[in-house]
Amino acid sequence: MAAHQSGNHRPGPRAPVRFETHPDRYRHWRLDVVDTEGGQAARLTMNVPEDGGLNPGYPLKLNSYDLGVDLELADALQRVRFEHPEVKALVVTSGKDRIFCSGANIYMLGTSSHAFKVNFCKFTNETRLYLEDMSEHTGVASLCAVNGTASGGGYELAIACDEIVLADDGSSAVSFPETPLLAVLPGTGGLTRLVDKRKVRRDLADVFSTVAEGVRGKRAVEWGLVDEAPPRAKFDEAVRRRLAALAARSKRKPHAPVTLTPLKATRSAGGVEYRYVSLVLDDKKRTATLTVRAPDGDEPTTPAELAKAGADAWALCAFRELDDALLELRFNQPQIGVVALRTSGDAARVLAVDAMLSKHKDDGLVAEVALFIKRVLKRLDLTAKSLFALADKDSCFAGTLLELALAADRVYMLDDDEVALQVSPMNAGRYPMGNGLSRLQSRFLREPARVSRVLETQGAIGTQQANELELVTFAPDDIDWDDEVRIAFEERASMSPDALTGMEASLRFAGPETLETKIFARLSAWQNWIFQRPNAVGEKGALTLYGKPERPEFDFHRT
Amino acid sequence: MTTVDHGERIPNNVNLAGDKRLQRALEAWQPNYLKWWREMGPSGFQEDDVYLRTAISVETDGWAHFGYVKMPDYRWGIFLSDEDPDRTIGFGDQMGQPVWKEVPGEHRNALRRLIVTQADTEPASVEQQRMLGNTCPSVYDLRNLFQVNVEEGRHLWAMVYLLHSHFGRDGREEAEALLERRSGDPDKPRILGAFNEPCTNWLDFFMFTFFTDRDGKYQLLALAESAFDPLSRSARFMLTEEAHHMFVGETGVQRIVERTAQLMKQHGVERPEDVRKLGAIDLPTVQRTLNLWFTLSIDLFGGEVSSNAASSFATGLKGRAHEDQFEDHVALAGSYRMELFRGGAMAHEDVPMRNAMNEVLRDGYIADCQRGVDKWNKTIASQGIDFTLTLPSRRFHRHIGTWAEAFADPSGTLIGKDQWEAARDHWLPSAGDRAYIQSLMQRPIYDPTQMANWIAPPKQGIKGRALDFQYVRHEA
Repeated sequence: MAAHQSGNHRPGPRAPVRFETHPDRYRHWRLDVVDTEGGQAARLTMNVPEDGGLNPGYPLKLNSYDLGVDLELADALQRVRFEHPEVKALVVTSGKDRIFCSGANIYMLGTSSHAFKVNFCKFTNETRLYLEDMSEHTGVASLCAVNGTASGGGYELAIACDEIVLADDGSSAVSFPETPLLAVLPGTGGLTRLVDKRKVRRDLADVFSTVAEGVRGKRAVEWGLVDEAPPRAKFDEAVRRRLAALAARSKRKPHAPVTLTPLKATRSAGGVEYRYVSLVLDDKKRTATLTVRAPDGDEPTTPAELAKAGADAWALCAFRELDDALLELRFNQPQIGVVALRTSGDAARVLAVDAMLSKHKDDGLVAEVALFIKRVLKRLDLTAKSLFALADKDSCFAGTLLELALAADRVYMLDDDEVALQVSPMNAGRYPMGNGLSRLQSRFLREPARVSRVLETQGAIGTQQANELELVTFAPDDIDWDDEVRIAFEERASMSPDALTGMEASLRFAGPETLETKIFARLSAWQNWIFQRPNAVGEKGALTLYGKPERPEFDFHRT
Repeated sequence: MTTVDHGERIPNNVNLAGDKRLQRALEAWQPNYLKWWREMGPSGFQEDDVYLRTAISVETDGWAHFGYVKMPDYRWGIFLSDEDPDRTIGFGDQMGQPVWKEVPGEHRNALRRLIVTQADTEPASVEQQRMLGNTCPSVYDLRNLFQVNVEEGRHLWAMVYLLHSHFGRDGREEAEALLERRSGDPDKPRILGAFNEPCTNWLDFFMFTFFTDRDGKYQLLALAESAFDPLSRSARFMLTEEAHHMFVGETGVQRIVERTAQLMKQHGVERPEDVRKLGAIDLPTVQRTLNLWFTLSIDLFGGEVSSNAASSFATGLKGRAHEDQFEDHVALAGSYRMELFRGGAMAHEDVPMRNAMNEVLRDGYIADCQRGVDKWNKTIASQGIDFTLTLPSRRFHRHIGTWAEAFADPSGTLIGKDQWEAARDHWLPSAGDRAYIQSLMQRPIYDPTQMANWIAPPKQGIKGRALDFQYVRHEA
């Protein structure tokens, strides 16, 4: 939550967002590798310049953030994983005096479209989950050194770390002022993590979430909101001690560093062309085609070769490109409603990559690459576009790329001898969804035995067999194909995008709930509803009037 | 049949020879169609030569090609009216934009439903009429019955063509289902009510072709306006054939009342029982049969206030009959004042014009029916008989829409249920009426020189042929 600002600037037309950055270009964060007694650690220091907003119209006061700030954080986490294998733990702190972070900038939110707000929150949620993923799967645990007030999204960033140290200086507090001050929710998983992760008692969480000034010092420790609250004089020492301990217990596997080189992309009004991925837009039809191509040459077969190939290796390059394309679709192409997921090329080459990823799964770098693919696939799952996979003659939905089809809302497979799907060991749980299940498991909840029936198949799965295995939705032959596909896309693109988003999100994540699904489904859905309600965004709504002399007026009827 | 001989066997102007998808679909469907025709088509006449009209092209000299043919060998063709390359959508939200040559995905399901509902009536009527040949009043009428039957069959082909060409697998499944439903079968009935009613005597048949086929005419007129051009073109060509069916109905009833009035005049009788003694169909029985088929047919237009109708109009799927005669083709502003049954009484309400489209179509239909009834009355009057046939009120004997819950007499006066039940046989054909009509139609007449006693001969034969021409070569 950010501080006051006079006036209500409306930004002009926004320039398209670019998602790539580099530590050399960071304006808001600094990434240092520091020594601790337990080993090396990464220190991420947030110091947001007021004029550093992605768009004009809102000064980023008090370490408040916008998408540009969070893109740097996401980039830094990615680089810690690939470029800094020596790092064993991570600390997040603020470069400002007496303020840690005041969360997402309110004026930025106030001047953003609903769609942007939703996608902004989704992206920041993904980034915080990446912090937790890094701790759990890479062995880089995180510590939050809250050296000033952490409010709203600031505390949500802290609570995504494994441990929190809060300076007990009589003024620094952790707080969720969203509900009492702004009539919205902490939208970045904070409420969920309070009770599900830190297991704060629900009544105390209730009190905490309605007291705008938050909770300080000893009480924050007692309630479980933070792990330690040393006085300012002992703050640095406590941080150092905890960071060293986290580093010392790290089980991170060593590997050679891999530099995340800039993506090669040609952007035009018609889409984006990458090395292995292409995104083709049809604005008029509100449809896009996202194609992932198989490797076109030999790919690394050992961890050493993988390290040598680095960011040029297909497994890393293609999925970095896919990640960028998904963000492009989300942020810059809101008019696109339906995305055709296609693959092309030689399935054998994809399966060869899978064989390497599978055989050397205990290698640090190989594991890191697979974890990255997992995250990109999750980003696909969470993309609010209708996803129709199209398997036809040139396609190679095999192994890792089969996950694209399994992530789709529907699979159309051409009934033709030359068309096939294929499984690999990578389909057996290496890429779990947010619900903790593999996509095959999520697909076959009614008949779990089908999962192994699919995984036991050897070689290419023709259309008839894929139909019997229940891997495809429709299997038109070449005579029907064009028309069936055209009509399906037109029909889909004509329906209400709001209803489709809700419907798809409800159908994609069957099975168990996890912290992740609760954040993306329950918390986000509530927040997105509240974002539309007059009590928040109406003329007299709290978000609208924030920073203005008038008081908000609520419609006190409960729904 | 393993292959379809395109063009010769199936006359068409839709490039069947070059359309692999259509060929494949028809190769599977055609044998089932012929099986259906043999099972459910005219019973007992499949091997006879019938003097039939066959459409072999859409040209003026091609759509009415006459000659003897055995019905299973009839060349059911696929024809669309000529394409107008500049045609634009004539009504609704997309008025003025180019018409659709392909089904927009957005409207696929609604269009398919419209087409299937229309298509289902075609085989249904053939099924309803399949036994009538065995009681025909003349060879001339027998031939007309078969002409109507084969053309209903062709209309089924026309609709199946649309399903096969534009609706993929779903379309093929729907086309199969059209051959699986059966008129009057409680387990798999035809979609619409009137097409499950028995049509067992020739008075029913003539009333059916006059009233129920006229509903078909109005539905086709509305579909002829459709933004989906293949549907529009198909409907336009079907209308040329449908005109003959209504001619059969209109002249059939006209010849019956002519004969009855003649006999009444000749013998100086008026009372129905006296008329029946002369072997004619008394005019009150004609009126009751008219009441039945008119009311069954106006049900086919659907509810008075309909969001489906509004949606079909807004999206351009289905317009009004003769849309060009209306001034406002968007119809968002106006309203339509209509009578509705509200809380047990009649009320007047203003309904938004788009939601009233079923009623608008029904209005045009009723006016068209009235013109035919007027001709019948002229025939009766010309014999000096004082009797007037009338169309009953649209509140009478309804099963669809607002009046389905009400009890009204033929003049439209709301009455009690008991009162209605007690008077039912005065207003609708009774079992006795049916038994009497049946008794007149015990023996078919297959001698071309003969005509049943209860019907007057037609004014002229078919295609310049004499009245006693052997229109059907049937060995009795």
